[in-house]
Amino acid sequence: MKTLERFKKIATPFVFGVVFLGLWEGSVNGFDLKPYFLAAPSKIMEQFLNNTTRIWEATAVSGSNALIGLCLGTIFGIAMSFILSRFRFLNELVTPLAISLNAIPIFVLVAVLNNMYSITSEVPRRFMVTLVVYFIILVNVARGLTQVSSIQVELMRSYAASEFAILRKVRVPNAIPYLFTALKVAAPASVITAFVSEYFGGLQNGLGSRITSNIANSKNAAAWAYVLGACLLGLAFYTVSIILEGLTRKGQSK
Amino acid sequence: MSAVANTSAVEVIGASKIFNEGTANQVDALLDVNLTIAPGEFVSLIGPSGCGKSTLLRLIANLLEPTQGEISVNGKTSAQARLDQDYGMAFQQAGLFDWRTVSKNIELPLELKGWDKKKRAVRAAEMLELVKLQDFGNMFPWQLSGGMQQRVAIARALAAHPPLLLMDEPFGALDEMTREYMQGELLRICEETSTTVVFVTHSIPEAVYLSNRVVVMSPRPGRILEIIPVNLGSKRSELTRAADGFFRSITSVREALRGTHADHVASTAIRGVEDR
Repeated sequence: MKTLERFKKIATPFVFGVVFLGLWEGSVNGFDLKPYFLAAPSKIMEQFLNNTTRIWEATAVSGSNALIGLCLGTIFGIAMSFILSRFRFLNELVTPLAISLNAIPIFVLVAVLNNMYSITSEVPRRFMVTLVVYFIILVNVARGLTQVSSIQVELMRSYAASEFAILRKVRVPNAIPYLFTALKVAAPASVITAFVSEYFGGLQNGLGSRITSNIANSKNAAAWAYVLGACLLGLAFYTVSIILEGLTRKGQSK
Repeated sequence: MSAVANTSAVEVIGASKIFNEGTANQVDALLDVNLTIAPGEFVSLIGPSGCGKSTLLRLIANLLEPTQGEISVNGKTSAQARLDQDYGMAFQQAGLFDWRTVSKNIELPLELKGWDKKKRAVRAAEMLELVKLQDFGNMFPWQLSGGMQQRVAIARALAAHPPLLLMDEPFGALDEMTREYMQGELLRICEETSTTVVFVTHSIPEAVYLSNRVVVMSPRPGRILEIIPVNLGSKRSELTRAADGFFRSITSVREALRGTHADHVASTAIRGVEDR
């Protein structure tokens, strides 16, 4: 029974995917759609398999930009959230700003950053990813550190606990699920930001720039092959963030 | 017991508490409260919402500072008593830490006292036995029922063997059957550990069943209206709930509370519905 349930859970989206690809392939052939309009999945796969080394190289560039930005943004975000939770007036000052920044596509700033650095520099993209990740982590972790049960804080006061002890034993454990929720949002966002940043010029070595240059040359199938690489990279980041969350949840999930 | 017989467990002298003093939102939570509690005594604070009973409990706990007056616990200032962890506290919500096992929850006050790991584990096991949850030490709080969680909270409050236990409606969220069971358990535990208890409640039968004295309070400003001694002997059981003395005490507490209600309705006629 249980294996059947599990099989259904995996089989349903799989079957849907296969049917979808079949319809795509069928309509490209059936309606005789031109390759510059829409490439057939079989052609995309062919391009993907013929260019694995180049796609891998481009993925490594975009992926490392995303990863470096994700790590730096997480570190700075956590550090700042600790400072904010310690000084309430700063929190009231920064949090509304951070929340509104989360709502606007600030990665367009990369065009400005590109002007500030040399054309061969990876710094603008990494900086952009860092910035996007930073605000996501900051808002969530700061929330986890401050929105603790008032009873638990009162209890700690009744034990004559210091502010540091309350931080260590109440606020930090309370913030950990918030951190992983933020990472689940930040990991795909870091990949998206890394790609989109490449659309605004600079080095032409990542997935995003390969997609634009292939489209500019009407090599539609090749562009789609790079899109496939981008999808896989995004999925990889998301999967890792979920696995990390699972590891910390062990024994305390509800 | 005899060593501390000369010192009161709790002494409240002329205590007042005013919140937001001098602003439009000023609330006179407590006015000139005097209360002395002897070691080993079980005292309940009862009264309608807003009568300041929880405020009084927090003044004793030094979680709030009185606007006026003095409070001592075990012959020390309440601030010193808090630093020395001379009391344990339990609230309506168990307030257990989801990321700690039941044992680790009980060990928390001991960790803050700087006990070593081994000593903490031994004490936690003792406390689990006291609240009859020996087999649940390695479970997480959310795996337990509400009544069991509350027993863990009591075990945690008593883990450092404080001479005083402060409880703010600890059984308020439990169903009636569990509640009566917990009342019996609390009396047994306090007798075994000879702990003094200050107990805030909304329930008249609960106050009478548990207490040596019931402190009846009135709202706005919170004052002590009457202190009613309950003469049901030191050993109470399920039979106590059917005894004549039990009903007599319930009646006298109820009459004292009615007084507060009438006063209250007269003084705030429009808002009288608020405190049924």
